[in-house]
Amino acid sequence: MDVRFINPFLEATIDVLKTMAFIEPSPGRPYLKNDSLAIGDVSGIIGFTGAATGSMALSFSEACILKIVSNMLGEESKEINGDIKDAVGEITNMVSGAARKKLESLGLSISAAIPTVVAGKGHSVSHIMGGPSIIIPFETEQGPFVVDVCVGEMK
Amino acid sequence: MGSDKNMKILIVDDFATMRKVIKNLLRQIGYQDVIEAEDGVHALKELKSQKIDFVISDWNMPNMTGIELLRAVRADSELSSLPFLMVTAESLKENVVEAVKAGVSNYIVKPFTAEVLNEKIKKIIEKQ
Repeated sequence: MDVRFINPFLEATIDVLKTMAFIEPSPGRPYLKNDSLAIGDVSGIIGFTGAATGSMALSFSEACILKIVSNMLGEESKEINGDIKDAVGEITNMVSGAARKKLESLGLSISAAIPTVVAGKGHSVSHIMGGPSIIIPFETEQGPFVVDVCVGEMK
Repeated sequence: MGSDKNMKILIVDDFATMRKVIKNLLRQIGYQDVIEAEDGVHALKELKSQKIDFVISDWNMPNMTGIELLRAVRADSELSSLPFLMVTAESLKENVVEAVKAGVSNYIVKPFTAEVLNEKIKKIIEKQ
């Protein structure tokens, strides 16, 4: 996988959470993942095409997403419900938009689809290109989340 | 129109959470009179049924997109000068050009802070 694709997603994730949720996540060391089992409790997935075809998922632990959404809405969220899923879709959309803008400045133009959100312990994240995907793990004070990117061959 | 904090703002976004997020940001910068619509169709109904001073609309929505809503607003003699702030998830040049051609007052790229939103609103009001 072309490493030029990884940094824009990493930076976009930090930007979005810092701006919208006042949370500064620390990235860990990226690694390869071969199965489709989600690492978190709720995931937003978005596909893209253009200079490359692939998909990205953001997969949050429950404690982490509850804190993020509480900060975004200015009111406490206590469980993963429709509002949380809605917010995960929107965060996925924003990260994808910000990453695409960064990719565009590198001359890699891609367009994205509408995000889908899946929740529940042990749910799966299926990438359009199959796999493996690169996981960028993040830590926050409330718990972990990951950015899971799978990009196919570039055109 | 005065730049006072009493103006009525309509937020248009198909994501209920994003509407809440923007509402929360508006509250932080002193705007309390906020109503919501889930797409352009519902937004137009609100705009026709009551006096609204400012529109903040998402770009991508089902039924009627933000740009379609903007065109409908500019084509309506009673609404044509309404301040219209477009919210987008990306600042693609072609989108910006399209929005400017359609008469957008300004646009804001997600994610944004309350301060940035405040600046955009102020600039639009000053130009009115």
